[in-house]
Amino acid sequence: MSEKEIYEKLEEIFADIFDEEIKLSPETTAEDVEDWDSLSHITLISAVEAEFGMRFKMKEVSSMKNVGEMASIIAERV
Amino acid sequence: MSLFSYPLNANDLLKNKRKYKKALLADGSNRISKNIAILGGSTVDHIKDMLELFLLDAGIEPKFYQSEYAMYWQDAMFGNKELDSFNPDIIYIHTTTRNLEAYLPKITDGAEALIGKLESAQKHFSDMWTNLENKFRCPVIQNNFELPTYRLLGNMDGADIHGSTYFVRKMNDFVAEHAINTKSFYLNDVDYISSCFGLDKWSDLSFWYMFKYAMCLDAIPEFAFNLANIIRAIYGKSKKAFVLDMDNTLWGGIVGDDGVEGLELGTETPVAQAFTEFQSYIKKHKDLGIMLNVCSKNDHENAISGLNHPDSVLLPDDFIKIKANWEPKHLNIASIAKELNIMSDSLVFVDDNPAERAIVRESLPCAVPEIGTVESYIKTIDRNGYFEAVAISEDDIKRNEMYKANAAREKELSAFENYGDYLISLNMKAEIKAFAPVYLQRIAQLTNKSNQFNLTTRRYSAEEITAISETDKYITLYGKLTDKFGDNGVVSVLIGEVDENVLHMRLWLMSCRVLKRGMEFAMLDTLVEKCKKQGINEIRGYYYPTAKNNMVKYLYRDFGFALFSEDEIGNSEWCLKLDDYKKQNRYIDVN
Repeated sequence: MSEKEIYEKLEEIFADIFDEEIKLSPETTAEDVEDWDSLSHITLISAVEAEFGMRFKMKEVSSMKNVGEMASIIAERV
Repeated sequence: MSLFSYPLNANDLLKNKRKYKKALLADGSNRISKNIAILGGSTVDHIKDMLELFLLDAGIEPKFYQSEYAMYWQDAMFGNKELDSFNPDIIYIHTTTRNLEAYLPKITDGAEALIGKLESAQKHFSDMWTNLENKFRCPVIQNNFELPTYRLLGNMDGADIHGSTYFVRKMNDFVAEHAINTKSFYLNDVDYISSCFGLDKWSDLSFWYMFKYAMCLDAIPEFAFNLANIIRAIYGKSKKAFVLDMDNTLWGGIVGDDGVEGLELGTETPVAQAFTEFQSYIKKHKDLGIMLNVCSKNDHENAISGLNHPDSVLLPDDFIKIKANWEPKHLNIASIAKELNIMSDSLVFVDDNPAERAIVRESLPCAVPEIGTVESYIKTIDRNGYFEAVAISEDDIKRNEMYKANAAREKELSAFENYGDYLISLNMKAEIKAFAPVYLQRIAQLTNKSNQFNLTTRRYSAEEITAISETDKYITLYGKLTDKFGDNGVVSVLIGEVDENVLHMRLWLMSCRVLKRGMEFAMLDTLVEKCKKQGINEIRGYYYPTAKNNMVKYLYRDFGFALFSEDEIGNSEWCLKLDDYKKQNRYIDVN
């Protein structure tokens, strides 16, 4: 799956969860999205796992710093 | 909406919860609002969110109180200002096996120590229940416990007093016993739901380590759905009747084409067995007071001959209404609802044909499960919890008889030329008295499910009804009606608030199963009599319009009340002076 496809899918997931269009870049962090708190982070992780058919390791869930890191873990696994 | 019924799409519900919540709130339906306090022993946020969706879908708009993380016991035992002023209508205690850790057995414990541990764990919970019951007097829902994630003693873990499996099962028996012996205390059967989901998947430990969820995220929608069913049932929103298709729903094959002898029923083939077991499952609902009806595209004669198949568990006599004709199904279903005097949203329509399901779902608010193929019919219907019961009342069990008796009355009515003669022939007897303890549960149930003949549509919990029955600030009446065809049970409820020599009617309702029998006049006569005895000389009646209670818009006028005021949305206030009141009941022998 290309990086572009990954970002497109991620944007769809973000739009569903936060109920608004969000333009993602590798540098996007929770700071940039108003409702991205620890609870919606749980929803997000689980929705990404379901969409891409992969699992994050526990360590990754707590250490991911931005969307770029998330996308590169996804790219490794799908 | 099928989005909110089993089988659930967990991922979709979790991901789109904001959107769905918005859509539900914007759909214009009337909802009762309820305060729900969640006392959690672990994280509860997603559970709360999912519960909210299912309740909104069921016509209940919840407001939530949420304990600080894992402070369930502190909240219950010592209270706090926020919880106290929240005034909960329901308290839900979300504890899991994680909250038993301090009590779980150790291999090195002696027998006495182990018994002590079990007793302490039980006391930890029962103290809390007693405290909540005394303080809040509202329904309490308590989880039982999921089985442990590992078995130190292998299979012996379930048999030996040192086993955690053994311990959890003992705790579950304890919760069940409390639930069955305590009014307004309800068991949320996590043990069952986690087994259905699959315990290994349910107890995915990463969700505990990362988020302090004692179950995986995917399990939460199903968990919350099951919980919402209990709350629905508490507020009388469970379904009341089945409407069943026949061909390929109750039996394999098409009776009109294949003939009775060609139907798959009995024990000869796997498919025949599946249909037979499904029929037994349906028939058991009849004993619970769920009304069985048929809606089938068939000639009536063929439909009956199918039910007379030698292996058919269901017989023509098990059904209240059999509509076998070629009219569109939604019209038949609407007329079944009308003839039974119930709202079509309390029906469950079961049909193997997806096209029929789609049309009915479009046209009517009844539940229409996606039942799949015959081997999944039972599971799909059962897991939806349509008929979730909070108590099994005599009335429920007798309901089928009562509706059969109604059908007999209708038949007899057509033989009379004059309606008054017909009413006289019914030999009606009523018992109209102040609320009595044995009927409090039924009275609360009626306040929550009567929509049509209901002047104020005020909903009361069993606790509120009990409180009202215990003070002389109110005049209360229940009415029971019997006639030559049978006992209709408690069918009418009045609550009036005394304000010196004026009585304000806070509630006036009647079950639609006794419409046009003159029962309302008998209630009014008794009410007036009671008022006069207490020196009350005026009754004020109130009518608050809803989407469903138009039939009683002019009830007070028809009683002889004078219009006192009316506002622009149709809320009206009526007034009756009692000095020269003349009795209006002509057909019912009271008390």
